[in-house]
Amino acid sequence: MGPKASAAFDEMQKTATKVRAPYQTYAKWLKKMPDDLLSRRHAQADMLFRRIGITFAVYGEAAGSERLIPFDVIPRILSRDEWKVLSKGVCQRIEALNRFIHDVYHDQEILKAGKVPADLVLQNDLFREEMKGFTPPGGVYVHIGGIDVVRTGESEFHVLEDNLRTPSGVSYMLEDRDVMMRLFPDLFDTYSVAPVNHYPQELLKNLRYVAPPARDEDPTVVLLTPGQFNSAYFEHAFLADEMGVELVQGQDLFVEDDTVYMRTIKGPRRVDVIYRRIDDDFLDPKAFRPDSMLGVPGLFAAYRKGRVTLANAIGTGIADDKAIYHHVPDMIRFYLGQEPILASVPTWFLKRESDRKYVLDHLADLVVKEVHGSGGYGMLVGPKASTQEISAYRERIMADPGNFIAQPTLALSTCPTFVDQGIAPRHVDLRPFVLTGEKTTVVPGGLTRVALREGSLVVNSSQGGGTKDTWVLER
Amino acid sequence: MLSRTAENLYWMARMMERSENMARILDVSHRMSQLPGGQDASREWLPALVISGQHEDYETKYADVSAGHVIAYMALDPDNPSSIRSTVRAARENARAERNMLPTEVFESINSTWLEMQDIQYSRLVELGYREFFEWVKERSQLFAGVIGGSMLTTDAYFFTRLGVMVERADNTARLLDVKYHVLVPDEDKADEAVDYYQWGALLRALSAFKAYRMIYRDSIKPRQVVDLLVLRREFPRALHACYAEIVPILETLSAEPECQRMAGQMYSRLRYDRPQDVTRRGLHRFLTDFVTRNGQLSNEIARSFLFVPAD
Repeated sequence: MGPKASAAFDEMQKTATKVRAPYQTYAKWLKKMPDDLLSRRHAQADMLFRRIGITFAVYGEAAGSERLIPFDVIPRILSRDEWKVLSKGVCQRIEALNRFIHDVYHDQEILKAGKVPADLVLQNDLFREEMKGFTPPGGVYVHIGGIDVVRTGESEFHVLEDNLRTPSGVSYMLEDRDVMMRLFPDLFDTYSVAPVNHYPQELLKNLRYVAPPARDEDPTVVLLTPGQFNSAYFEHAFLADEMGVELVQGQDLFVEDDTVYMRTIKGPRRVDVIYRRIDDDFLDPKAFRPDSMLGVPGLFAAYRKGRVTLANAIGTGIADDKAIYHHVPDMIRFYLGQEPILASVPTWFLKRESDRKYVLDHLADLVVKEVHGSGGYGMLVGPKASTQEISAYRERIMADPGNFIAQPTLALSTCPTFVDQGIAPRHVDLRPFVLTGEKTTVVPGGLTRVALREGSLVVNSSQGGGTKDTWVLER
Repeated sequence: MLSRTAENLYWMARMMERSENMARILDVSHRMSQLPGGQDASREWLPALVISGQHEDYETKYADVSAGHVIAYMALDPDNPSSIRSTVRAARENARAERNMLPTEVFESINSTWLEMQDIQYSRLVELGYREFFEWVKERSQLFAGVIGGSMLTTDAYFFTRLGVMVERADNTARLLDVKYHVLVPDEDKADEAVDYYQWGALLRALSAFKAYRMIYRDSIKPRQVVDLLVLRREFPRALHACYAEIVPILETLSAEPECQRMAGQMYSRLRYDRPQDVTRRGLHRFLTDFVTRNGQLSNEIARSFLFVPAD
C-alpha cells in the first residue's frame, strides 16, 4: 500500500527539539537573528519582486493589474546526498520517457512486448500520427522536462506528475535565488549552496546542439511565445533575455521553401531552433488547428523535413498523460534495464473492475482525477470532501469509469514557512527542470511550491500557493 | 532587431504624435470659430473633419456639423480610430508590447496619460474647457517625447521612434496648412486682409509657430511667409523641411532599402531647395495634397523595407 496519509514529514524538525542535519546551521543562524528580521526581509522581497516586475498576468486584466506570486523567505534545504538520489531519479525518468516517445512513433517495441497497453497509446488523442517515422535531431523529444516530486519521509520521494510539453516556472527558480542572495548574503557565506543561474546557458547550449545537422555552425535560436497576454509571458521574456535570443511571436516568423525565417529590420533571417512555449495544437494552422492565430503556417512541414528543430518536439504529450504515468517504471526497466530510482504514486484505473471496486469502497481516503484533466480541476480529494460531494462524484465515476484514475492521498512533507502567525510548517512539492541535449542533466534545485494555507495540500499559484528558493548543499 | 519591435515603436510614436496633432487641428478650428464671422459652424468645423480624413465616418454618425459633435467625435469617440482617445490608446498598446525595450519612465508616462484619458467624458471636457483639454494633450505628448529624448539609448529603437514622430508630424503639418484652403474661398486675392490675418494667425498659434514667425520675419502675417515657415524652414521643428531633414539620415543609419531612401531623399531635396514661389506655383492645395500622398507612400515603403508584418 501507498504512503500513510497521517502526520506529515517535516524537512526541518526531526522532533520538536531535534533539527535535521541540512537545517542545523540555518536553525542556529535564525536563533541569533532579531525577531523581526524575517518580516523585514519579507517586505523587502516583496518590493524587489515588484521592481523587477516578476508578475504573472491575470486574464481579462484591467490596466496594469498584474499579480505577484507570494515568495517565502525561508529556504528549502536539501542535502547533497538527497539531491544525488533525486537528480539521478529525474534524469533516469526523462531518459526513459525520451526513449518511449521515440519508440511509439517508430517500431512500438514496448507495445509489442505488452508492457504498455497498445490502445492506451494508439487510441489516445495526444498520439500524433503526423510524427510517425520522424526522428528529431539527436533523437531528443523532451529537451525541457519538469518532474513534480513530493516527499513523504526521510528517503521517500514520489513522482507525482511529468510535465513534458511546455513546463513553466523556471524563472521563479532563478529569481528566487537572486533575491535570496540579496537578502541573506551572510547565509550564503556559511552554506555552500550549489548555484542555479547557469540554467539559461545550459538550455541555450542544448538548443544549439539540437540544431538541424547542416546548420550547426552558428545556429539561430528563438523563443516563440503566444504573446504578452499569456500568463507566463514574464518567463518567456526573461528566458529570452537571459539566453540572448529573440523573443518572437507567430507573426514574426514565416516559412518559405520549407525554411523558417524571422522578419528583422535587416531582412529575413533564417531560424534553426525554436524553443516554443505554444502548445502543439496552435503551432501551425496548416497542420493542426486551422483557427490558430498564434502559429506559423507551414512550420510543421519544415519541421518534418528537418529544416528546423522544435523544443520540445511535437507529440510529447503522449508520454505525460495520466494514464501513461503509471507505466513509467516499466519503461525504465524496458529501455534502460534499470530499476526506477524514484517511486511513482500507486494508481488505480477505474476502467479495471477490481480497481474500481476498491476505489468506490475507499472514496473518502483517495484522490480521484480525470485521466486528461489538469490544474486540479474536476478532482475529488476524499479526506477533504463532504458526504454529498463524494456521492455526487461517485455518480460521475459510474457514468464513465474509464475517464478516471485514483491515487492515495499523500502526506506531502512540510517545510518551515514564514506566514502571518510566524514560522509554521506548510506542505511543499518540488519541480526540478531536466534538460536534454547531448546528455540529460538537471540544475541542482528546482522550483519549490508551498501551500501557504494551513493544512492545504494544493500548491498551485492560482490557489494560494507560493514559492521558495531550493538549496542543494554542496557539502 | 525584430521587425515587429521596430513596427510597434514606429506606431507608438506616430500615434502619440497624432493625438497631439488632432488636438492642434481642433484647436485651430476652435480659434477660427471664435473670430468675427466665424459663427457658421459647418464652415469652421467641417475643415477639421475633412483635413483629418474623418468626414465620411463622421457623417454616418451625425447628421449635422456642430462644435460639440465634432469635438466629441474627434477627441473622445472610442469608435473613431483617429480620435485623440483612440490614438492615445493605440500608442499605449504599442508601448506595452515593447515594454522591455523602453526605459521605465517612457512606459509610465504613456500609461498614466492613458489612465487619465480613460476618465475624460464629454461633460468633463466642457467643464475643463476645450482649450485646456487641447493644452493637456499637447503637454502629455511633449512630455512623452521629452522622456524619450532624455532616457532612451540612441540606437535602432530610438531611431524608429523618431522616424514615427517625423513621418506623422510632416503629414499633420501639411494637413493643417491645408485647412486654409478649405476655410477660405479659393481666390486668395479677394480675401479680406483682416480676416486673413486672424485666420493665418490662428493657424500659426495652433502650430506653436506664432512667435517663431515674428522672430524670423519681423513682419505682419503674409501667406507667402507662412508657407515658407511651415514648409521650407529647417529651423522650425514642425516644418516639412525639418521633418525630412531628420527622416533622411535616420533611414541611412538604419540602412533602409534604396527605394525607401530615394523617396525620402527626393522629397527632402525639394523641401530644401524650393523657394516659396515654387511651392505655390501650381497652387498650395495641390502641393500639399501631393505631399500627403507621397508621405504616405514613404511610410508604406518603410514598412516594406523593414519587413513590418504584412496586413493580410
